[in-house]
Amino acid sequence: MEIRDLMLDGNALGGTMLELFGSDMTTVNTMCGNCGAHEQMARVDVYRGAGLVVRCRHCENILMRIVQGSARTWIDLSGIASLELR
Amino acid sequence: MATTDLTRRLTWLAASVAGSAEETPRVRTLDLDVPGWSGHRAGQHLDVRLTAEDGYQAERSYSIASPPGEGLAITIERLDDGEVSPYLVDDARDGDQFEVRGPIGGYFVWDGDEPGPVLLVAGGSGVVPLMAIARHRDRLGSTTPMKLLYSSRTWDDVIYRDELEQPGIDVVHTLTRAQPPGWTGYSRRIDVDMLREVAWAASESPRVYVCGSTRFVDAAADGLLELGYEPAWIRTERFGATG
Repeated sequence: MEIRDLMLDGNALGGTMLELFGSDMTTVNTMCGNCGAHEQMARVDVYRGAGLVVRCRHCENILMRIVQGSARTWIDLSGIASLELR
Repeated sequence: MATTDLTRRLTWLAASVAGSAEETPRVRTLDLDVPGWSGHRAGQHLDVRLTAEDGYQAERSYSIASPPGEGLAITIERLDDGEVSPYLVDDARDGDQFEVRGPIGGYFVWDGDEPGPVLLVAGGSGVVPLMAIARHRDRLGSTTPMKLLYSSRTWDDVIYRDELEQPGIDVVHTLTRAQPPGWTGYSRRIDVDMLREVAWAASESPRVYVCGSTRFVDAAADGLLELGYEPAWIRTERFGATG
């Protein structure tokens, strides 16, 4: 098995992001802060370990990291240039 | 829909098993009774959370198999080294309780009101959300042309096999690992030649839903792009190898 077999996509972020943002985020359009590619959140690459790591499917730049503990949630959004909600 | 979701915080709800059906030796459908469930759209999923006696929790996402308007059901494939699926497939009994949250997702959904024919492309248990879409079409009495290209390892691994034999949508099977005697259908992994023979012509601007493993989804989506499909027509859902 290779790492790619363990990869999920942004559909799998739906529950966590709906909980955190109160809105369905899978249809949100993201712009990668590295390569500028636009992609719907449902189509980004997602790796689930101790936290969630979200990567651009075009350049593999880390778009977002989410770590949830019992009392707090930490979200790193530094790889995203913009989010477009419609 | 996003506008209604804005007013609703997603919370974990208590679910109890209300019935079950074996689909294949590795796959089981669970009917769930979830007080407070808000209803769902065809293609959506939910998250299941199991909590062990020591407080350890494991969460996984499962596609909803039932169409909107019917009782909530999920279909689960057992992944032998998984943390959640072996319990759901082998051990869950009527009345057992766990937590769910959902419905989730506004991308991989079909509401029945989009123009154009629909192509469903399933790899293994990726058929589950596509079955919800096919069942929704049936419930709506929709005349939208719909085809399912369904890749399974063997005939015994075909989920919903009897239901798919019924009249309704056009179903094309491919069996990649072993075929029953006299099999005349496809017996290889999905490729561009198969898609060319089965898929709607690009000139019909079809709507496509592809669900399966990452490799499966990549192969199907790449093949459809090669046939002239536009990326915006193709909605994909990939699942990983942890269960």
